[in-house]
Amino acid sequence: MGTDKSKVLQVRDLHVQIKAKNGITTLVQDINFELKPGEILGLIGESGCGKTVTSMSILQLLNRKETTIEGSIMLKGQELNGLAEKEMRKIRGKDIAFIMQNPMNAFTPVFTIGHQFVETIRSHTSLNKKQATELAIESMKQVNLPDPDKLLKYYPFQLSGGMLQRVMIAIAASLHPAVIIADEPTTALDVNNQKNVLRHLDKIRSEYGSAILLISHDLGVVSEMADEVAVMQHGKIVEKAGVFQLFDSPKHEYTKKLLNARPTLYLEEPMTNLI
Amino acid sequence: MNLLQVNEVTHSYGNRTFFKWQNRSKKVLSDISFSIEEGTCLGMLGTSGAGKSTLGKVILGLEKPKHGQILFQGHDIYTVDKYTRQKIRRDLQVVFQDSYSAVNPRMTAERIIAEPLENYEKLTLAEQKRTVIELLEKVGLGEKDLKKYPHQFSGGQLQRINIARAVSLKPKLIVLDESVSSLDMVTQTLILELLRELKEDFGLSYFFITHDIKAACMISDTLGVLEKGELIEHYNSKNEFFTSENPVVKEMRGSILAEHPRFRSIRTKSNYI
Amino acid sequence: MITSIRTIFKNEKVIPICSTILGILFIIAILAPWITPNDPIAVNLAYKLQPPSWNFPLGTDHLGRCNLSRILYGARISLGFAILIFISSLAIGLIIGTFSGYKGGWVDHVLMRFCDAVMAFPSLILVLGLVGIFGPGLSQVILALMLVQWVYYARMFRGMALSLKEQNFIPAAKISGSSQWKIIKNHIIPNVLPPLVVMGTLEMGWAIMDISAMSFLGLGVQSPTPEWGAMIHEGKSYIRTNPELMLYPGLSIMLVIVTFNLLGEALSERYGVKRRF
Repeated sequence: MGTDKSKVLQVRDLHVQIKAKNGITTLVQDINFELKPGEILGLIGESGCGKTVTSMSILQLLNRKETTIEGSIMLKGQELNGLAEKEMRKIRGKDIAFIMQNPMNAFTPVFTIGHQFVETIRSHTSLNKKQATELAIESMKQVNLPDPDKLLKYYPFQLSGGMLQRVMIAIAASLHPAVIIADEPTTALDVNNQKNVLRHLDKIRSEYGSAILLISHDLGVVSEMADEVAVMQHGKIVEKAGVFQLFDSPKHEYTKKLLNARPTLYLEEPMTNLI
Repeated sequence: MNLLQVNEVTHSYGNRTFFKWQNRSKKVLSDISFSIEEGTCLGMLGTSGAGKSTLGKVILGLEKPKHGQILFQGHDIYTVDKYTRQKIRRDLQVVFQDSYSAVNPRMTAERIIAEPLENYEKLTLAEQKRTVIELLEKVGLGEKDLKKYPHQFSGGQLQRINIARAVSLKPKLIVLDESVSSLDMVTQTLILELLRELKEDFGLSYFFITHDIKAACMISDTLGVLEKGELIEHYNSKNEFFTSENPVVKEMRGSILAEHPRFRSIRTKSNYI
Repeated sequence: MITSIRTIFKNEKVIPICSTILGILFIIAILAPWITPNDPIAVNLAYKLQPPSWNFPLGTDHLGRCNLSRILYGARISLGFAILIFISSLAIGLIIGTFSGYKGGWVDHVLMRFCDAVMAFPSLILVLGLVGIFGPGLSQVILALMLVQWVYYARMFRGMALSLKEQNFIPAAKISGSSQWKIIKNHIIPNVLPPLVVMGTLEMGWAIMDISAMSFLGLGVQSPTPEWGAMIHEGKSYIRTNPELMLYPGLSIMLVIVTFNLLGEALSERYGVKRRF
């Protein structure tokens, strides 16, 4: 139902296998989901269930010699699976942005933030250095980073994890991508920074209409942000539903197990209204 | 007498150069005082950089603070003689955050857990093995895991081994330094449940350092809040934390993520679509 | 058809082949007294400089001694003492290095400055100097080599001990009640040794070179003891007429060192160990 245009990202029957010394192992299979503009799909599951493999295969970042990817990955009507690397590079960063779990690993330690930011912008647009720098500063203001022009001159190790994560979001958002894949964006952060990061993601979503694939093992992140939720276990999606429906009436055993495994506060009186 | 008494502890990291005027010392803890009673768990909250881990190290006897005392069962742990120190040692144990770095990668699970037993108890090899197996079962693992090496375990399982080692001598106080922070949510809850159980069974006390309020509330009886090296609040019950008017604490409460989507507070209406 | 040099190293067969060659050499060295055809030091000028024959499979040298017997006996000295030097300097370096790294503070400073001083000299020059003090002779050369080699190992072990200290299992062991020496013995040493076993094969090559170099200079083994470096030294007067007097020992040295090196490279390729230089 609905034309392909209403879905900005469509993943059909995704099946990823890897060749190891002792045979072929399936990493993920029968993965089906779609993203509509301005919507957030939460992908949840324990470590090792295949969440990262799924996001890597959308970005075509898996090792082509060892892994085989079957199925269709359509971005705005264009098939990504099997696309030439040259074409894929134009898409990565501009049409699909990626936010990693550990912000420290996302940056080269020997170049300043500004250098890396501007380089990313200029590789996808025809802006000159001055214009790119202005765009970078504007983006950083959007995520409430103080003194963006000074910040551009810093090296990654001089910033805290929370600030680096916001810079990564700024870079991801600066080119107004249609899809943002956020892989555990809050896991490496303090609780104080977590809400801020999620707020910025939501702001990008509401202002530019980016669709977000939000991968997390934290149910709190999903309940705050997602419109739809897909639960992954052992490389398969075991349940997919709207977020309210999933939390109120989970169908699969594994989903129920996840929902029951939330930390209970053991407060002296019921105080859920304060949380 | 309180089990643990922390008196006016101040600590800074100095730059020990030969030139005195290059004193780039950074104050990490300022005038911290609190106590922990036997059989209770104090949850120490605070953002990263607030000084929580340093406080943990100071309490464990690993770093002598520039000022102040740590009194454990009435003894000042930094001024007692070696013999008493060794005796106190067995009642003060730790579980670190990074489960992999806390174990010797070349030792089997059996040897890792047996190390404290070797140092303090004079058991025969058979008795020691039996005790280790009991401990493994207590933390949810089994005899089959005796001869395995750390790289064969998951992060959660390895943390259970660290816990088994910590409780092997039936200590009085265990310092839990962000012990569940690097585990995924399901495992976190399981490990916290295990810690609760052990606390009941062995009458343990905990000093639980974390930035995660939900995790702290799951296991703590009292809460403390550390901000930039200062102990800004010490609550005798969790209720006090949730009703406090302190702006820092209010901000912390506001950062707890919703349990259910109907409580969500971040999503705004999209003005694009 | 032609495999590149890199693939030779990565070839799985390198390790077993080299190990076999070395194994054979060691067996020869041990069995030397029983398998040599003649007495290596028996001088008989009547037989001097003879070509290969039934009695003397590789011919004789300028004093009528059997070349083959001398080569085989030489293997004992080169291989045997190389191992001795390697193990003893390793042991000294291990104890001092891990202790220095673990203790830190002024102990570490003092020990490392001492090592720096020793390392400032090219090792061979220092060995020459020490031999000059002790006097020539095999045991003096060995002592000198040991005294110079250990500092390199100490530095290396100290570096590894330092990075190990950052791991949490060291304070965890302290909290479990383990004493300083127990920690060094059970936690630090087992974690620094494995890369060493691999490096050891490369180090052995150097040890053999050093002994041979000293003997070639006339400072190590004294005649009539057969040793490959000494044999090259004696044979150099006959380089025009009987080059084989230098060739046989030279090729032997080359064979052993190349085999050790190939093995060491393949092992470090396989186990991902970084080399000393």
